[in-house]
Amino acid sequence: MNTNDRLAEILALHRGREGALLPILHDVQAAFGHVPEAVYQPIADALRLGRAEVAGVVSFYHDFRDAPTGRHVIKLCRAEACQSMGGADMIARLETALGMKLGETKGDVTLEAVFCLGLCACAPAAEVDGQLVGRASAARLEAMIAEVSA
Amino acid sequence: MKIWVPGDAAAKACGADAVAAAIASAAGLRGQEVTVIRNGTRGMVWLEPLVEIEVDGARHGFGPMTPEDVPALFEEFPHPKALGPVEEIPFFARQTRLTFARCGRSDPLSLADYEAAEGWQGLRRTLEIGAGATIEEITASGLRGRGGAGFPTGIKWKTVADAEAAQKYIVCNADEGDSGSFADRMLMEGDPFCLIEGMAIAALAAGATKGFVYIRSEYPDAIRVMRSAIAAAADAGIIGPALLGQGPRFDLEVRVGAGAYICGEETSLLNSLEGKRGMVRAKPPLPALEGAFGMPTVVNNVLSLAAVPWILTHGGTAYAAFGLGRSRGTIPIQIAGNVKQGGLFEAGFGMSLGDIVEGIGGGTASGKPVKAVQVGGPLGAYFSPEQFDLPFGYEELADAQGLLGHAGLTVFDESADMLALARYAMEFCAIESCGKCTPCRIGAVRGMETLDRVAAGDEQAIALLQDLCEIMEKGSLCAMGGFTPYPVRSAIRLFPDEFTPMREAAE
Repeated sequence: MNTNDRLAEILALHRGREGALLPILHDVQAAFGHVPEAVYQPIADALRLGRAEVAGVVSFYHDFRDAPTGRHVIKLCRAEACQSMGGADMIARLETALGMKLGETKGDVTLEAVFCLGLCACAPAAEVDGQLVGRASAARLEAMIAEVSA
Repeated sequence: MKIWVPGDAAAKACGADAVAAAIASAAGLRGQEVTVIRNGTRGMVWLEPLVEIEVDGARHGFGPMTPEDVPALFEEFPHPKALGPVEEIPFFARQTRLTFARCGRSDPLSLADYEAAEGWQGLRRTLEIGAGATIEEITASGLRGRGGAGFPTGIKWKTVADAEAAQKYIVCNADEGDSGSFADRMLMEGDPFCLIEGMAIAALAAGATKGFVYIRSEYPDAIRVMRSAIAAAADAGIIGPALLGQGPRFDLEVRVGAGAYICGEETSLLNSLEGKRGMVRAKPPLPALEGAFGMPTVVNNVLSLAAVPWILTHGGTAYAAFGLGRSRGTIPIQIAGNVKQGGLFEAGFGMSLGDIVEGIGGGTASGKPVKAVQVGGPLGAYFSPEQFDLPFGYEELADAQGLLGHAGLTVFDESADMLALARYAMEFCAIESCGKCTPCRIGAVRGMETLDRVAAGDEQAIALLQDLCEIMEKGSLCAMGGFTPYPVRSAIRLFPDEFTPMREAAE
C-alpha cells in the first residue's frame, strides 16, 4: 500500500473525532516509522487546519520524529531516581562501549534518552526494543543489545 | 494450583515474564495443573518478581524470583525465597490501603473479581443519592488533588456541576512524568476498573457524559490495560449509553501523550487533548469553567479519582478520619531511587519523612548513609536527614520550602553530586518548558549556564543564580518554571559547600 492510501485510511479512521490530531500523528508514526513532511498538508486539509499548525504540533512533541530510527531502539532513563542508582555512569559506559551518544543512530541501533519509565523503585531503568529493563547495568544492556541486533 | 505472577511493568522489568514462562514449563514437566494469574503488583518492588501461591487459605509470597528459583516451588520446602504470607510482610501490613486495596490481589481485567471486592458499590451509591449528595461526600472526605496542587476535589466538582453547558467533560490526568512517581501507572495496570468507577462517579456528580484518560506514551502497559478495561466495562453495560444500565450516558476514551512532560500541567494537557501544542494556558478561565474544547471540565489526577469509589462506599467521614491537619485521608507514597525497600506505601498523612525513608524504606540500597531525599518529583525540593522529623502533609512540606507533589520520594546516598543535580533540574526545565513564558523558557537555559559558572569557580555566579531563581518562581506562568528553583535552591541551602568556588582545585 502506498503512503497516500495508508494516510487516507488513517484519516478516515479518525474522521469526526474530537481533537484528532495527536491520535492521527501516533498512527502515522506507527505506520511509517516517522512523521514525514509530506503528510502535513493532507492532515491539515482533513482537519481544516493550516499546514503550519500541523508542523507546530509535530515539532512540539518529543515522540514525533522527522526521520526513522534504527531497527533497534534503546531508551535510557536520565531522570533523578535512575541517577540516584548510578544511571548517569551507566549511560556513559554504554555510550563508550557502543561508540555513540544519546540521540544518535549508528547502524541498526538508535540510542535515546527518556525521562522516567515509572520504574523508579527498580532503577536504573531502560527499554530495549520495547522491553522494559529494571535494575539495569551497562554490561547487561550491552548483552541485550548484542542479542537483539545479532 | 493457582500461582500469581504480577504483570505490572515494574515486575516485568525485573523479569516476571520469564518467571511466568518457567512456571508454566515446570508445571508441564511435572504434569501438574497450574493456573498462572497475572495480577497487579502489591507495590513491594524490591521483591519483584513477587510470586504468590495459596497455602491453607493464605497467599504466600516468594521473591525476588528468577526462572532458576522456579523448580524449587514444586519441590523444596521451605523455598529459599519464601517470604511467608504476603499480607503479613511488615511493609505491607503497616499500610492503610484504601485506594490500593485491590491492587495486586487479582487479575486486573477480571470484572468478576472487581465486583467481588466492593466493585461498583461507590457508583451504585452515587446513583442512589444523586449528584449533590455525592459532591457533599467528597467535600466531607477532605480529598485534595493528588497530582500535587492539593486543590479540594469537592469544590472543583461543584464548580463544574454548577456550570451550565451543553457538554461537560471528565479528564483524568495520567501524564505521570515525575521521576520517583509510579502510583498512577501501578493503579492503572493493577486496578483499572477502580479508575473507571471513580471517573463515572465524577461524571455523575458533575453532569459530564464524556471522559478522557490522558496517559503518557512512556506507559504502554498502562495504556493497554486501561483500553482493555474500558472495553470490558462498556461490553458489560457498566459504562456507555446508561451507567450500570440505569444512569445517564458516560463514554470513556484513552488518549496518549507524546513525550512532553509539560502535558502533566492541566491546561497544557487540555491543549494536547484538543490536538494542539501542549502550551500552558493562563488561568482564569479555570478549566472547571472553560476546559476541554472550551467546555466545563473536571481535571483530576489518577489518584484523586481512584480514591473516590472508597469514599462513596464507606463515606466521606470515614476517609477524613485518616490524616493530619488539612491533609485528610491516605496518600500512596512512592519510595524510590537509592533505597533498600522501594515501592508503594499507602498510609494516612502525617508519617515523618525519616520513618518513610529509614523505617519503611530501610535506608539506602547501597548501604551508605542517606544524603538527600527529593520529595515531589523534578520540581520538588531536596530534604536532608536533619529534616527527617517533618510530617508528610501538604502544608507541612510547603512550610519547609518544599512540596508534596505526587508523593514520590527519591532517595540519594552520599555519593550524590548536588551541583550536578541542580544543573539537571535546570536542564530538564529547558528541555521540557513549553516556551510560553520567558522566565521558564530563558531562565532554565541561563540557570544551566550559571550553574556551569558556579562549577567553574565563579564567585559571583551564586548570587546571580539566586536572583534568577526568584524571577522564575515569581514570574512563571505554571509550576514548571515556578518550581524548578525548588530543587536548585534547596540543594544550595542544604549543601552550600558544594556550590562554593573550589579554590584548592583552581590552584
